[in-house]
Amino acid sequence: MPEQPATDPQLSIDLPDPALRRPTLSHPADPAGLHALMAATPARIGVGRAGPRYTTAALLLFQADHALTQDALYREVEPSLLAELALFSVATQVCGGKQEYLLRPDLGRKLSENAKEEIRARCPQRPAVQLVVGDGLSAAAVEANLRQILPVIRHGVLSAGLSFGVPFFVSHCRVGVMNDIGELLQPDVLILLIGERPGLGRAESLSAYMAWRPQPGDTDARRDVLCNIFAGGTNPLEAGAYVVQLAQTMRAHQASGVALKLAT
Amino acid sequence: MLLRTRLHGKQYEFPDVRVLMGKANEEKSGDRLAGLAAETAAERAAARFVLAELPLWVLREQPAVPYEQDEVTRVIQDALDPAAYAEIKDWSVGQLREWLLADTTTAAQIRRAADGLTAEMISAVTKLMSNLDLIYAASKVRVSAHCNNTIGLEGRLSSRNQPNHPTDSLTGIRAELYEGLAYGSGDSVIGINPVDDSYSSVARLLEMTHAVIQQWQIPTQNCVLAHVTTQMKCLAAGAPAGLLFQSLAGTQRGNDSFGISVTLLDEAQTLAQRHCFTPGPNYLYFETGQGSELSADAHHGWDQLTLEARCYGLARRYRPFQVNTVVGFIGPEYLYDARQIQRAGLEDHFMGKLSGLPMGVDACYTNHARADQNAIENLAVLLTAAGCNYFMGVPMGDDSMLSYQCTSYHDTAALRQLFGLRPAPEFERWLEDLGLMHAGRLTARAGDPSFFLRR
Repeated sequence: MPEQPATDPQLSIDLPDPALRRPTLSHPADPAGLHALMAATPARIGVGRAGPRYTTAALLLFQADHALTQDALYREVEPSLLAELALFSVATQVCGGKQEYLLRPDLGRKLSENAKEEIRARCPQRPAVQLVVGDGLSAAAVEANLRQILPVIRHGVLSAGLSFGVPFFVSHCRVGVMNDIGELLQPDVLILLIGERPGLGRAESLSAYMAWRPQPGDTDARRDVLCNIFAGGTNPLEAGAYVVQLAQTMRAHQASGVALKLAT
Repeated sequence: MLLRTRLHGKQYEFPDVRVLMGKANEEKSGDRLAGLAAETAAERAAARFVLAELPLWVLREQPAVPYEQDEVTRVIQDALDPAAYAEIKDWSVGQLREWLLADTTTAAQIRRAADGLTAEMISAVTKLMSNLDLIYAASKVRVSAHCNNTIGLEGRLSSRNQPNHPTDSLTGIRAELYEGLAYGSGDSVIGINPVDDSYSSVARLLEMTHAVIQQWQIPTQNCVLAHVTTQMKCLAAGAPAGLLFQSLAGTQRGNDSFGISVTLLDEAQTLAQRHCFTPGPNYLYFETGQGSELSADAHHGWDQLTLEARCYGLARRYRPFQVNTVVGFIGPEYLYDARQIQRAGLEDHFMGKLSGLPMGVDACYTNHARADQNAIENLAVLLTAAGCNYFMGVPMGDDSMLSYQCTSYHDTAALRQLFGLRPAPEFERWLEDLGLMHAGRLTARAGDPSFFLRR
């Protein structure tokens, strides 16, 4: 039997949280300049190298951030948030949970029959602006931004003297569901706020998809999108104001997507 | 038409070429989603036995979408060289595979034969090839192109410097750009995916990247990957662009969903020839990726590999500077896991080269696919062995704007040193003059973005 090594009573590994951004590059030409560069972006720069590969600290932090994203991927939006913002909830045709949602985008683009009935019963037709919220690929994105962006959009639309439809939430939602909603409610402008797929160590990015009178068969060419809505990207308050402005531009030109680009 | 075989005592029959092509593919979640995948592994194997016997002329006469209905089909069929086609049209798909792999078949012969191949033939032979077949056959062919520098030469590996930023901050983008340059990334292009793809935002990013190119006299080209119409507007107004970019689909309906057409791309090329600040003659940059047609409901019942091959057939018309598949970006409903992404990356690279294109690959994955960074590093090694022209360079492979992970500034540096490859020649001289590279290896001062704060 091998001899047991004696444990060293002096050895103690007791680490602080490593998720702090500090350069792992040694001996930069301009240390103050390097700090300024790193402060200008959330990207992983100033990381240095071991030969042509990463330093150990930078590599382990990357792996830790990937772990966070993986652990967070399959969560649902908190029902209490939807209640707080008075959003009723409907579902697409996905009924087999997140796994089916990931593998069957076609089902996530269509409202269930129950959803259509409920929307018909609760939402007035032909509003100037209809807002819809979808979970998409990140419940965390909806949770992180909705409290801020939703009131800004509602207030902005009403201040502009436009009618604002009754907003609601769609679970297991894909962008293409806009066509079904457009057919059902016939809004002038439809806004879909939807969670983006999570980035590394960060899952709070929301997108706003918008379309002028969406109809079955519409593609992304008829839509506009504002992405990266979160506190560290496009701030949700500013994003809300921009969305309202774009809705007015769409109404002025009666167009969205490529057609709107050509018209402006 | 009878398409039938016995296999292990059981009979398998396929109603037509479309169904046969779908069932002969390697397992992909996207083909299953479209209802085109083989029901069993044995049915897949049987489909390949039948496909191997199919003469190439049948594939020419049965394009995925009829000639009259689809301009991508028309572009591909009209460009076919009748003499090159006449030489190969009676070969079977299986024969084409063996000819591509044969020791007696040279790169020049493959380039000539490619003029006689349609996308459907290229897709068919790809279905019969193992991963190492795809690597080996692709490695025979080099396709180079020139804009402000030369990409795709033997013994070279390039890197797109992709300094994306979540708010398009100029100082943030510049900081990432410097980090990449310090690792030798940027010889394929300095290419930004903008958050705000409006005219003024795109023009501003073109101005800034062009200013860095001027200030440091970098032999490369810049590009902002907005919709091509926005870039055209910028060019016409005098903004400095080195390359024009657009995403492509393999069917007319797919391109409709991208808001483009052959006429529009023709105009873009003419405008680029007239107004890009670079000497050319290759001015276009295209991205593709399996699954985008199905995603836009524009697949006409065909498998994603064949539709991807058709993208390359369209791209070829424009003699682009570079083309890359963004192979893991689309998500798990089309490419489910690391194994499917790796397979598709090797397939796309091979098909692009067989179409005569200067191919790179964005080897990447999203966080909802069953893949990780190790899978992407593996794929990059395989593609370097296959003679891939370039990879993406992103800070540690973590794109802070597009929310996906791909290859890093470090990765291209490591692959160059691992395989004994150099950057594009003009760019290598520039790195040597600055003292960041010596004899193909990074020097002690490389890897430090603050190096570029001197000027």
